[in-house]
Amino acid sequence: MSARTITLALAALLASAAAPAFAQTVAITGGKVVIGDGSDPIEGGTVLVQDGKVVAAGKGIAVPAGVKTIDASGKWVTPGLVVAVTDLGLFDVDAVDDSNDGDASNSPFSAALDLSAAINPDGQHVKVSRAGGVTRAAVAPLGTGSIFGGQGAVIDLGADPQAVTTPRAFQYVDLGEAGARRAGGSRVASYVMLHNALGEAKELAAAPAGARRDDVLLTRRDAQALGAVVTGKQPLYVRVERAADIRMVLGLRAEYPALRLVIVGASEGWMVAGELARAGVPVLATPLNDLPDTFEQLGSTQSNVGRMKAAGVKVSLGAFFDQPRYAPQYAGNLVALTRVPGASGLSWGQAFAAISSGPAEAIGMGDKFGSLRAGRAGDLVIWDGDPLEVTSGVVKVYIDGVEQPLDNHQTRLRDRYNTPNQGSLPKAYDW
Amino acid sequence: MKSPRLALLTAAAMALVLTSTSAWAAKEDKKKESPAVKAARDFNKDPYPSTYKPYPGRVTVITGATVFDGTGKRIEKGVVMVKDGKVAAVAGSLADLDIPADAVRIDGTGKYVTPGIIDAHSHLGNYPSPGVEAHSDGNELTDPTTPNVWAEHSVWPQDPGFSRAMANGGITALMVLPGSGNLMGGRGVVLKNVPDRTVQGMKFPAAPYSLKMACGENPKRVYGSKGRTPSTRMGNFAVNRETWIKAKEYRAKRDAGKLESRDLAMETLVGVLDGEVLIQNHCYRADEMALVLDMAKEFGYKVATFHHAVESYKIGDLLKEADTCSAIWADWWGFKMESYDGIPENAGLLYKAGACVVIHSDDANGIQRLPQEAAKAQGDARRIGIDVPDAEVIRWLTLNPAKAIGVDKLTGSLEPGKAADLVLWNGNPLSVYSRPEKVWIDGALLFDSNDRKRRAVSDFELGQPGEGDVK
Repeated sequence: MSARTITLALAALLASAAAPAFAQTVAITGGKVVIGDGSDPIEGGTVLVQDGKVVAAGKGIAVPAGVKTIDASGKWVTPGLVVAVTDLGLFDVDAVDDSNDGDASNSPFSAALDLSAAINPDGQHVKVSRAGGVTRAAVAPLGTGSIFGGQGAVIDLGADPQAVTTPRAFQYVDLGEAGARRAGGSRVASYVMLHNALGEAKELAAAPAGARRDDVLLTRRDAQALGAVVTGKQPLYVRVERAADIRMVLGLRAEYPALRLVIVGASEGWMVAGELARAGVPVLATPLNDLPDTFEQLGSTQSNVGRMKAAGVKVSLGAFFDQPRYAPQYAGNLVALTRVPGASGLSWGQAFAAISSGPAEAIGMGDKFGSLRAGRAGDLVIWDGDPLEVTSGVVKVYIDGVEQPLDNHQTRLRDRYNTPNQGSLPKAYDW
Repeated sequence: MKSPRLALLTAAAMALVLTSTSAWAAKEDKKKESPAVKAARDFNKDPYPSTYKPYPGRVTVITGATVFDGTGKRIEKGVVMVKDGKVAAVAGSLADLDIPADAVRIDGTGKYVTPGIIDAHSHLGNYPSPGVEAHSDGNELTDPTTPNVWAEHSVWPQDPGFSRAMANGGITALMVLPGSGNLMGGRGVVLKNVPDRTVQGMKFPAAPYSLKMACGENPKRVYGSKGRTPSTRMGNFAVNRETWIKAKEYRAKRDAGKLESRDLAMETLVGVLDGEVLIQNHCYRADEMALVLDMAKEFGYKVATFHHAVESYKIGDLLKEADTCSAIWADWWGFKMESYDGIPENAGLLYKAGACVVIHSDDANGIQRLPQEAAKAQGDARRIGIDVPDAEVIRWLTLNPAKAIGVDKLTGSLEPGKAADLVLWNGNPLSVYSRPEKVWIDGALLFDSNDRKRRAVSDFELGQPGEGDVK
């Protein structure tokens, strides 16, 4: 085989892997269908997926002859869950440092760090999250020696080697307490660090091949990475909690009009909801934070998301640093608030959208996935009950129209220990 | 209606805690005793006594609600009557009760009543919000065994987390434990979830003390990194066993009237050996729990509860035999090596094995959602063919944790004569869509979602953003 044939064969292999492998055409009928765009669930709906993409979903959808049909009567059919800003896929065991790629604070680089290099589609946390109905995630940030947390990756949770949908999808910066500590001990230092970095990025972008000033602070790589931010090619996710910090961030656009901001955290977002709504900046809010865990979260309340939504903020749920599979529980709690006097919550449809189309839109990919509107990826979950209810579970998961395996380390342990020890051989032989 | 039986039990429990003289002492010839020997033996076992007194409550009758009584019973359209701070009656119909004319009547139609939710593992107060370094009071990481420290001396009563636990989680009692950095972390304290200026005003009267112990990674990491023993799991056991040997020697000296000075650490450990202080043992792995059960046999004490216990499902038979509860999360796993085999079916498999299940939080957010955690475990159990009725699941949050922390004779179920610690929920508490509507502690209404002033606001929150807000 010549070098050229090898190259061609390799290219073909890569191409086939990049396309949704074994993309399916499938119709799921009879279930309670949730589009994920905020609308109410549809009883007895059909979802038609062709070549990995949603063709139609709702009532009275004709299923072409010969299409494989799955009966979902008595079940719920929803888009896959989208979890934005999570450390999913960065570690096997959080506290086992050797297995954890989430901290790069000893690296000389910060903004240049590209999280897609660390994503392991075979990791157990990916498998467990997939079995919980999570199909897409925006992964960030890294711990670094700077305010910048690196370039986040958008991934899918499919059981195939192509986990990274979009590498370097966004830059992450922390302008709250944690960022201030890394910037030198003060928010004041954070802002100088930010302005300096964006300035150096601009200079480098203007003369990419030229010599740089001899007093630059950023490495060339970091400055290059931030060039995409300052020109608006790459969104900038900003972690802030305090109302005053949110105002500061919104003010950045006066100086850098091209910035595409997304606010992450926003515990006191309700206190500046009007400003957030007018700015049209998407917010990925920590879902149920109601404790003054830090001095920048004194105003925390579970009604935060509901109040922002009512004020017209483009808010959805984000900042998941526990388990992504908790997303439906958090969304369900926001529905619960609608029945608590004085509290603000979300309607069921809004709550589901806040963990599907909402985060997809916040990360700029609402046209690609996150709902069952025509043309979106065939990411579907079939549930044995109301997906936001804690007793419900996942029956099937499809990503890009491909049915996914739901087994993992946990299900294997479960199956082994679901039967008493028989005694003829140790449990280790039961597999 | 007062239960004479409960009054007796309460008196017995008080006696256990308050009196200091063991039976052997009477036999001693007291004339020969030195003052030092007497001081080392007849010390005050309750030097920071509870000053909690129930707040005033009215006779209250809730009708028409679904009642989960905490013992595993479910009563549809039940009637619950509260009087004099106690559960007076739980009945199927009003006709069965003699209701005073001035009783507050609450229509509970479509709603649910449960005993107050109890968290067997909390750090509210000793790791309070805000979680700043100056508030980090849960782990005395200066020695691997610190049975001399008492969690109550770290509890900050102004932790805003207490009010969230009540308003969102229906928590009426909780055990605040020292952390798990030490093999023997110190004494835990049981609190009523009642706001007060002092921790004494929150202490659950007549509740026993507990000693927090910890297996596994934490102690060996903390002390190994300081270049001290223990640095391995075998080191953990060696230090524990050596300490228990000393405690046995201390007890023998006490019994022989030969103690000449007090030792706070030994007093706690001897309390364990005497059966007065319960063992709350942080332990994740099944193999280590099995070893701890043998260590308990070796030295003659009982493990009341394994905490976190993510691998309990592997040894349900051993835990049932030992009558040891597992206080667990629904589905936490994978955050540290010893949690890697955690599975969401842990509770269900333990239930199937007939072992005691307790759903705990160890978390200022999780404590606000314990019924949801239990419901997740119920759903995961159902999907592998283990059906746990709602009323049994409620027991995981009420009577079982009460047993785990030693207050099951006083609270944890809606049985006549027990404390009127209860919650009226606006729907099935095992649903994500339900929240507490009213919470009573000893018959006093301390949270009412319909009355914005009937909501605790801690000193810390006054004048701050969100003071008095819904949380």
